[in-house]
Formats: sequence, structure tokens, C-alpha cells
Amino acid sequence: MAIFEGDARADAERIVARYPGHERSAVMPLLYLTQSVEGHVSREGLREVAELLGLTTAEIEAVATFYTMFRLRPTGRHVVNVCTNLACALRGAKDVYEAAHRAAGMRHGQEISDDGLLTLHEEECLGVCDFAPAVQIDFANHDEVTPGRMAELIASLRAGEVPKPSRGPAPGGFRHASRLLAGLEGVPA
Amino acid sequence: MTFEPRLTRHWDDPSVATLDGYVATGGYEGLRMALGMAPADLIQGAKDSGLRGRGGAGFPTGLKWGFVPQDTGKPTYVVVNFDESEPGTCNNRELAERDPHRLLEGTAIAARAIGCRTAFIYVRGEYLWQAIVLQGAIEEAYANGYLGSGICGSEVDLDIVLHRGAGAYICGEETALLNSLEGLRGQPRLRPPFPAVEGLYACPTVVNNVETLMNVPDIVVRGAEWFRSVGTEKSPGSKMFTISGKVERPGNFELPLGTPFRELLEDVAGGVLGGRSLKAWTPGGSSTPLLTAEHVDVGLDYESIATAGSLLGTGAVMVMDETDCVVEAARRMVRFYAHESCGKCTPCREGSWWATRVLGRIEDGYGRETDVPLMTEMGRNIMFRAFCALADGAAAVIDSSLKHFRDEFEEHVRLGRCPLEPSADVEVAS
Repeated sequence: MAIFEGDARADAERIVARYPGHERSAVMPLLYLTQSVEGHVSREGLREVAELLGLTTAEIEAVATFYTMFRLRPTGRHVVNVCTNLACALRGAKDVYEAAHRAAGMRHGQEISDDGLLTLHEEECLGVCDFAPAVQIDFANHDEVTPGRMAELIASLRAGEVPKPSRGPAPGGFRHASRLLAGLEGVPA
Repeated sequence: MTFEPRLTRHWDDPSVATLDGYVATGGYEGLRMALGMAPADLIQGAKDSGLRGRGGAGFPTGLKWGFVPQDTGKPTYVVVNFDESEPGTCNNRELAERDPHRLLEGTAIAARAIGCRTAFIYVRGEYLWQAIVLQGAIEEAYANGYLGSGICGSEVDLDIVLHRGAGAYICGEETALLNSLEGLRGQPRLRPPFPAVEGLYACPTVVNNVETLMNVPDIVVRGAEWFRSVGTEKSPGSKMFTISGKVERPGNFELPLGTPFRELLEDVAGGVLGGRSLKAWTPGGSSTPLLTAEHVDVGLDYESIATAGSLLGTGAVMVMDETDCVVEAARRMVRFYAHESCGKCTPCREGSWWATRVLGRIEDGYGRETDVPLMTEMGRNIMFRAFCALADGAAAVIDSSLKHFRDEFEEHVRLGRCPLEPSADVEVAS
């Protein structure tokens, strides 16, 4: 096995142990784990999750393709999600989304920036309607983001910094966020 | 009489997010009492309180617990629905972040009521930070004997497992959530059997919303009569409301059920942004039919909102003002359902996609004279024709926007453009 070896193997076993007698429930956290190792979920990742759980690759792929937070194609080191659902749209989210593209120098539909740093994603409601427009960088919240603030956030990512979120700590990047989503780390010190 | 906050009464005190801080405010007293009570009495207490599920459907919580058979020989499960994804809704996020132990305590009491020894909390993936907060609270609770074997010195065991979703609105539908938790695609199941009989792992299961469960500790400690001392006869207690969009002070606010919308809008949220006038609002998220300025004095409770032609849903009020285009808003809302449709049923999968396209061409100035009647027909052909209620959300947007704003749709078609300024020009409050 290429992905689940060494520490990742031990992590995978810890995840499976959360669901004694119902190991299939570990599919989603295992997909997050492969995403944290590879930066996205590859064919090999699907195959290894299947092998670990005694399922077929098709069964795992069926799950992975259902959920937007599993990325099946190469993905930037940081994922920037801009909510444009109604509550955010009423507060100017469309302009924020455009500003993100301009600042990142990315076309609509371009999944990853040329330098591999950024993936931009237009999001459905992120559950931060009280601080609209809402943006997440690697699933950490940035509240009441204006187009100008959006450009600053992208600039600091470009400068190799991780901007401080409005609540909680900032994951170090998309891979680290995926590791947190696998439930493998608690409250950071 | 001023309303004394319940769910939010410790929001000013950040220490309540820790176990010590929570216990210092009387936390876990309800669990201790519940462990000394017969499960049947806990269920009766919940029934007497009149507590109704806060996740949207408003189903009586005690009744739901009472449906769980106790003689199947199978384990029973409590599953907490923390997949909060209804557009406009974010109260569960703030409740769990500020007061995580109250959620664990409510979950533990529900577990006691139905004889469950492993409970799951299904939290939407995007709530990364809230999941970390909850995981920390769970670890604290284990370390201090509130979870694990022999909780609070009793003979009762309870484990709580946190499970993260991965970005799918449909997983808020309880049977889709259960499939997702079992490691399947999050598609809804045929009912019956209902989860109370065959839920998680084909075992008797109660699925409760975060806000619902956070009401439970107080009901045990203070009693059903206290709970009913605010709210209305049929909608007792308080409710969290999220108000967003064009208001001066968006946020999550707790109010007695039955509070007139005007009070939430004007007194609590500071009125419509920039002193403009109210045009339309959703009472309970984007899946609940739009209401208008003429409904400003309607009470925010299940019955009054239903009488006005909508649903209380999650209590998520999104406010649009006179400068906002209803066609554009409808397009954005229907597009959400097209994106989130699980693909199982044709009226939902194809209907929401098609409706998004037609709404889009009307808004963009390419609407045809036949489009408005076409939208009406589409709404009729989607509503109640799919497996679950997701598609009904799209139909509710179409129906209600046409019902209240048909002229605006027709004007778009007649002028060949949007008659209103786009809403994006509004200054964002910093």
C-alpha cells in the first residue's frame, strides 16, 4: 500500500476503530485521511480505502463523488470557498467571488491556479449568514468579507502566510484541514 | 414581561464552553436527575413540555422518543442532526460553539430515555471549528466521568462518536443522514420503516436536532410547566432565529415562539438595512415559502406562520428590501436545490435544473411570454412529487415568488431586462 503505510496506516486503524462492528461507517473519515496525505483523493486512494474495508473501489467512488468536500482532481494547497447563496448574495457576495478570481488571476471554471497554490470554489450556504458575506479558507471562517478584504486574503496566501480566521485556528492548508476533518487532531495548543 | 433567555443565557460567559464553567452554572444537573429517573418518565416529561423538533418539521420530541420499541433485543441509537445546511440558518453553529456541553448533556438525557449506549453527532464538514470544539468537550466529558462507562457514578454507559459530513445539504434529511453515517451515498430511504423502528444499522433510532436537544436539560431540571411558560399553547418554549440579509443587525437571537415578526425585525435586528422598506422574507430558510411586508405582524410560531401560507422551518429569516429582485433571488435559491438534489427522483433532479435555467433567462432579459405560466406549471409538477422534501423547497420558492410577485416576473419579460438595480451594489457594513 502506498497511502496507508507507516503513520497513515496507524491513523486509518484508529479511524476504523471508532465504528466497531460497522466498519463501513469509516468510509468518509478514511477519504479525508487519503485527501490529507495526497492533497486530493486519487484512484489509488479510492482503491486503498476499498481494500482496507473489504469493499469494491466502485462502492467507495460512489461515496466520494457524492460529497463536494472530497476533491477527486488535483487541488490547490489552499481551497478558498466563497458562499454566494441568498443571505450572502444580499450582502454583496457576487462581487467577493469576482474579486477572488481577479486577485488569484484565475478564470471561471479553472480549478487550480497555475502555480498550484489556490483552488476557488463557489459555495452553497456555509452557515455563517449572520456574518455575510462568508468565505472559508481551508474550511476556516472569514466573516463579512468585502472585495477588498478578499484580495488581501489571497495576497497573504500568495505571500506564504495563513490569514487568521474570524473564529478558531487556521489549518495550515487544505491537507491539514482534511486531517482535522478526519478527526485526527483535537484542539490545537 | 421581559423574556428571560434560556438557550442563550450563558452566551456572555466564554467559560461555559469548558466543562468546569458549564458545571459551575448548574450544568449536567439534568443528566444526574435523568439517571435517577425511569426512562418512561423522561419521555413523559418531554411530551408534557410540548417541545417540538427545531430542525424544521416541528414534530413533538417526546412522541418521537416514545416510538422507539424497547423489546427488539437490538441496540438503540441517538443520532444528533448537526448537519445544519438550510440556507439562512446558523443557530446550531453558534449554540454548539458557545455551549457544547449543553448539547452533550441533552444527548445523554435522550440516550437515557431510549436506552441508548452509543450516540452519534453528525456535524456538517464545513463546521470544522465547531467539530473541534465539540471533540474537545467530548474528551473533557470522558475524562470527568460524564461519558464512558458508569456515567456520573451510575450503572449507565454512554459513548458519543463525532462524525463529520462532507458537504451535502441532503444529509440534513434524517434517512439520508443515516445512510451517510453508514458509509453510503447520502440518499433518502423509503419510509416506512421509520428510523424509530429501523434507523441506524437497521436498529431503533432517534434523530434529533441540536437546538431540540439543548432544550432538554432545562426541561428535566425545571419541568414541563416552566418550559411552557413562554411561547404559545401549541408552540411552547423559545426558539432560535437567524436573521440575515438586509437588516441592520444580522445574527442569532432567541425569542419566545409566537413573537411577532415585526419585533424580531425592528427591535432585535434594528430594522431593514439603510432604512429601506421590507419587500420579502423567508420565515424558516430558503425552502419555506416567501412572505411579504403584509405579513410583518404574523407571529413566529408553527401555527401562525402556517396560517400565513408558509412554514416556520428552522426559524431562518432572510430579509429582502425594495431594491432586491425577486426573480434573481428565486434563481439563486432554486439553483441551490438543483445543486443539492441527490439525483434520485426525476421531478427534483430535472425540474430544479430546468427551473433554474428558465428563471435565469427571465432575469437576464431573454424571458418568453410563455415562461411565467411555465414556471407555475413546473412548481406544480415538482411539489410533493419526489421521494423527500428537498424538491418541495424548490417548488416553494417558485410558487411563493409567483404568488406574491407575479407582476415582477411579467415585467422582466415585457422589458427584456431586470427592472431593478442589481442588489450587489449595496455597501457592506464593516
